[in-house]
Amino acid sequence: MAHISLPEGLPGILGPMAISPESTKALRKLAEVLLRGPNTLTSAEREMIATYVSAQNDCCFCQLSHGAAAAEHIGGNYQLIDQVKSNYGVADISEKLKALLAVAGKVQKGGKYVTAEDVERARSAGSTDSEIHDTVLIAAAFCMFNRYVDGLGTWQPRDPEVYREMGQRMAHDGYIRAN
Amino acid sequence: MAHIQLPEGLPGIRGPLVFSPATTQPLCDLVEALLRGPSTFTLAEREMIATYVSAQNDCFYCQTSHGSTAAQHLGGSFADYELIARMKQDCETAPLSDKMKALLAIAGKVQKGGKHVTKADVERARSLGATDKEIHDTVLIAAAFCMFNRYVDGLDTWQPRDPELYVEIGKQTAALGYVARDWKRPLTTGASK
Repeated sequence: MAHISLPEGLPGILGPMAISPESTKALRKLAEVLLRGPNTLTSAEREMIATYVSAQNDCCFCQLSHGAAAAEHIGGNYQLIDQVKSNYGVADISEKLKALLAVAGKVQKGGKYVTAEDVERARSAGSTDSEIHDTVLIAAAFCMFNRYVDGLGTWQPRDPEVYREMGQRMAHDGYIRAN
Repeated sequence: MAHIQLPEGLPGIRGPLVFSPATTQPLCDLVEALLRGPSTFTLAEREMIATYVSAQNDCFYCQTSHGSTAAQHLGGSFADYELIARMKQDCETAPLSDKMKALLAIAGKVQKGGKHVTKADVERARSLGATDKEIHDTVLIAAAFCMFNRYVDGLDTWQPRDPELYVEIGKQTAALGYVARDWKRPLTTGASK
């Protein structure tokens, strides 16, 4: 049972989104721009940042749905996503993405945890200012989405198949759509 | 020096907002809907929730600018600014309604993490008259400021300490809101309203 009365059968963020249309429009647009808008980071990379932060925040719905979206962007490689969540340092991803995930992990703890050294490491691995900006904002945004989903005690199914389908829709159709 | 090259002379979130126009519109639409859209909360109450969470997150720019906006919505007197200061220090002993205290307690739990919110927290708010929509909005405002605070501090933005500047920000924001603003415009104290 969620903390407030939400429409039945809508998992995770979709329940609260259904009762608050104005904020939902802005939230969907924000997710679309951050995760699928024009960017030098791939959508897979951005979904991995979202997934990693959601895992650090222990938000089941967000880490499974965005993890599935990330996997669908890279041909269904769910194993890589599991590695990114459990120990990205040994995952088969670029040094640049590892450095950006380190920045994202600091943002998850709190904005002030990000150090000049964290940023310097990302920059020396080839990150631009815009990529560092986007990493900070994606990480910050998922600190919001995760709290929205868990703070209302939403229903979060455990069936992986539910998330596989959700991930495919998120990866291919995006975030601005009817529920 | 901020962590990335931001436009000069723009305090707090204004630097990143001008740096990244594509994300600015949804961010401003969100804060406008949450803090100024149709609601059974007053404008002051919503700015107070934003201020309280920003103080818990130790974000100087957000707590001071939204605190000033809240005080302006209350009338802008010295006593109004004092009330905001007391709320930031300890919301349970500040002269606020019991309902507001219960909602700030929920916001404080959200600040720690979504899972910290308990049934008892929600029950307390509900028994003091909070509706489901008000509880929803409190959770989302608190969550959104966990984003804004991290955006502002995670990029190590310039956050001036001059209190007069924040009085000006509070006046402007209380009057104009968050959309259709020219964030590039440098702020000066004692300027027009």
